[in-house]
Amino acid sequence: MSDPQVNAELARKHGLSDDEWALAQEILGRVPTYPELGIFSVMWSEHCSYKSSRVHLKRFPTKGPQVLQGPGENAGVVDIGDGWAVCFKMESHNHPSYIEPYQGAATGVGGILRDVFTMGARPIANLNALHFGRPDHPKTAHLVKGVVAGIGDYGNCIGVPTVGGQVVFHPSYDGNILVNAFTLGLLRADKIFRGYASGVGNPVLYVGSKTGRDGIHGATMASAEFSEATEEKRPTVQVGDPFTEKLLLEACLELMAEDVIVGIQDMGAAGLTSSSFEMAGRAGSGILMDLDKVPMREKGMTPYEVLLSESQERMLIVAQKGKEDRVKAIFTKWGLDAAEIGVVTDTGRAQILWHGEKVVDMPVGPVSDQAPVYNRPVEEPEGFAKRKEQPLPSVPKVDPGRALLKLVGHPDLCSRRWVYTQYDQSVRTNTVLGPGGDAALIRIKGTTKAVAMTTDVNPRYCKLDPFEGGRLAVAEAARNLACVGAKPLAITDCLNFGNPERPRVMWEFSRSVDGISEACRALDTPVVSGNVSFYNETNGEGIHPTPTIGMVGLLEDVAHRKSPWFRDEGDSIVLLGTSRGHLGGSEYLWVLHGLEAGCPPPLDLRIERSLIGLLRLLGREGLAKSAHDCSDGGLLVAVAECCLGPRRTMGACLDLDPAGLESEALLFGEDASRAVVTCAPGREKAIRDAAAEAGIRSKVVGKVGGERLKITLDGEPCVDLAVAEIRDAWENGLRDVIK
Amino acid sequence: MKVGVVIFPGSNCDHDALEWSSQLLELPTEAIWYQDRDLRGVDLVILPGGFSYGDYLRCGAMAARAPIMDEVVRHARTGGLVIGICNGFQVLCEVGLLPGALLRNQSLTFLCQDVYLRVETENSPWTCAMRRGDLLRVPIAHGDGNYFTDSETLARLNGEGRVAFRYASPSGELDPAWNVNGSLQAIAGILSEKKNVLGMMPHPERASEEAVGGTDGLGIFRSALKALEVSHV
Repeated sequence: MSDPQVNAELARKHGLSDDEWALAQEILGRVPTYPELGIFSVMWSEHCSYKSSRVHLKRFPTKGPQVLQGPGENAGVVDIGDGWAVCFKMESHNHPSYIEPYQGAATGVGGILRDVFTMGARPIANLNALHFGRPDHPKTAHLVKGVVAGIGDYGNCIGVPTVGGQVVFHPSYDGNILVNAFTLGLLRADKIFRGYASGVGNPVLYVGSKTGRDGIHGATMASAEFSEATEEKRPTVQVGDPFTEKLLLEACLELMAEDVIVGIQDMGAAGLTSSSFEMAGRAGSGILMDLDKVPMREKGMTPYEVLLSESQERMLIVAQKGKEDRVKAIFTKWGLDAAEIGVVTDTGRAQILWHGEKVVDMPVGPVSDQAPVYNRPVEEPEGFAKRKEQPLPSVPKVDPGRALLKLVGHPDLCSRRWVYTQYDQSVRTNTVLGPGGDAALIRIKGTTKAVAMTTDVNPRYCKLDPFEGGRLAVAEAARNLACVGAKPLAITDCLNFGNPERPRVMWEFSRSVDGISEACRALDTPVVSGNVSFYNETNGEGIHPTPTIGMVGLLEDVAHRKSPWFRDEGDSIVLLGTSRGHLGGSEYLWVLHGLEAGCPPPLDLRIERSLIGLLRLLGREGLAKSAHDCSDGGLLVAVAECCLGPRRTMGACLDLDPAGLESEALLFGEDASRAVVTCAPGREKAIRDAAAEAGIRSKVVGKVGGERLKITLDGEPCVDLAVAEIRDAWENGLRDVIK
Repeated sequence: MKVGVVIFPGSNCDHDALEWSSQLLELPTEAIWYQDRDLRGVDLVILPGGFSYGDYLRCGAMAARAPIMDEVVRHARTGGLVIGICNGFQVLCEVGLLPGALLRNQSLTFLCQDVYLRVETENSPWTCAMRRGDLLRVPIAHGDGNYFTDSETLARLNGEGRVAFRYASPSGELDPAWNVNGSLQAIAGILSEKKNVLGMMPHPERASEEAVGGTDGLGIFRSALKALEVSHV
């Protein structure tokens, strides 16, 4: 079969704009070959080149004494002391998961695991942030079941515990779900591996699974909007094999323990093409490869297909010359292919042979890191500035007890037990706090330390105000870590947005980046890795802006950990922070009244920072027995969640001072920078003194005990429910979604 | 007293088992590669959990035919102690050291959660440091843990005191609601005829430290140690 004629029309079909096509010809000084066109197409796709986001991502803070590796590598690395470091990243697999939820989600997990272990880290925890369409959308049940099973089967098989994340339902994801997978690995701080193809004459080795025709143009697919015809793209979704990935993981870590590897990189999106170009690009070297030597799964593949295949569970290794046999010996032990397919050169070019003929001869630099960069137009939506001054629409009164049952039973807030029992949460015996709390906590064996991690974003806040939504996502993530007792260290982000060619989407993106940047600076949590996913649109309808934040923190002594749940009868409940009854953008307005209105709650980052310090202090000094962030659903939902421990139920009685607020606003307002803590009777003053010192308002609001949740406002009865009734609503919230 | 942990391709609780034995119980412990043909003189063999061969074909079927299994079978037939946890239990059934099979969970989904195990016999090397009726809280993590066998074998298991553990409620009652994977008669673990081989779906190695999962799983290993001490006297 001969290659098709390469011309402007074929370039357009490959997703290149006319300008990009002209630039491609200018770089080569001739018309590209068919494989070369394929390479331009994937390397310059939005997914691989970040061409629309690059100018904005530069504004992120990325440095700090804790940062050992910032953005630009396969994953970020942060120091946790005593010679240890953690490596982590979050990545989207949205488009494939909508088309084929099981394999799409599974290979999303596989890809992010490889990004982490290619850095030399053993993966020790997974999280995932999932956004589905409205609960009663006809496709939602199928997508939820497929995605959860896919994530579970991959992580369970490879033996990495899945310990947390989030699940959100909203109509804006009806035609475009989000699957954001996060992996954290552990490594020695002085043993970081990077993706460099350096040392002229060093061999280039291909290891792992054989190459097939699956996933060709996956990266290009992820760089365009969805339409009805997208369902036909099922063949572009890769198929995962977690067993092979487990072997690949063990083989790579075994090899990394020896002095053999110069550089190593996962073959992820755009497969062999992106890994070879990126590795040579970082090192400023060239690379010569003979594609005939690539282990292939099927006969009759063309060089174009071999270069663009996104077959899973493959890595590219540049080894020290003369040590090829060690690589082969270790991979053979684990039953995997290891083929020497090329050599590092000093030409600055990627030269690729097929049956002895040069089918690719391109300069590495211009293709890999001088891809076109677009500063796309941004446009603030009409009336945005005015919206802040508009009062919230008035809504009918609802009995607060009924409202609470409706909120905790809503798919957004209810128990995720059906989801996380499908994930192995305890393999590797490090899981101190698993799913269901404010943040997961994974201990580091041989030390007193534990690493805390969480994912956060409130897309409704981001839709109403992307700047504030970005700040609030970072702040809530940090607060969650502080609730378990950890110091926030750094973030990874997964920025899911609509079509960047629309100025309003680009405005949302730009403002979110600004908001995240500001909060990260204020809280000393630089961005060390991340991913951008644009074109999350179907038939012109964009998703809510969803910049998912994955934050990692450190707890020096695992004995100081706190969980959210009430512990003992008679303990005092203390509310930290100021309640102003802010209902804009709240879960209450959405779930009870179907409204997405107003502005997200205001956030003072200095106060947030103080609260985080205070929460850590209360844990460290043993003053608090439990701590829980007060956010989605407000104070009443937070208190109810504290009652619903994983092993037992505890009631509580609270008396609140409305201070002029309506009961809905007081109970369901989502003011930022608040937390609910408990302490033994007699320790209230110590907590209040510590809070006063930190400049945080505090108030003793009630006592733990009994089997009911009772709220009075200035002594007047307001809510009186059996906790068993609350638990029943909470535990069955997903029942109708997954039936 | 020496412990061997067999590593199959796809084992993923091998590290946990190695640490359980070497660090928590401070026993000399060897990792044994599935292609080896020598158990290196160990007294007790652990077949760890995981997804040997990716669970392809049938859980445990291919691992049961790995070279090392000839030695494990020989060790078991001569009265040596063997424990198969989760995937290890599946391997023991596939290799014929234990009767029956582990079917897909009744829910048809993977399940990872704490369960309560009722100790059904104290008359075995694997349970002798516990009391009949003791309740252990231990996690499960499996997709195929639904124990099944024919009625004749079931009668023998019951009659010979070879049911080691059953899934129970937190108060120790047998209750279908707490038989999480739908196992026949809530069976969670069984013993071989000589009771030196134990297969169980729950993970005692994940319940051996206060900070992670509690310590209810330690009794099983302590039983084996006690039994070995007695036999060595």
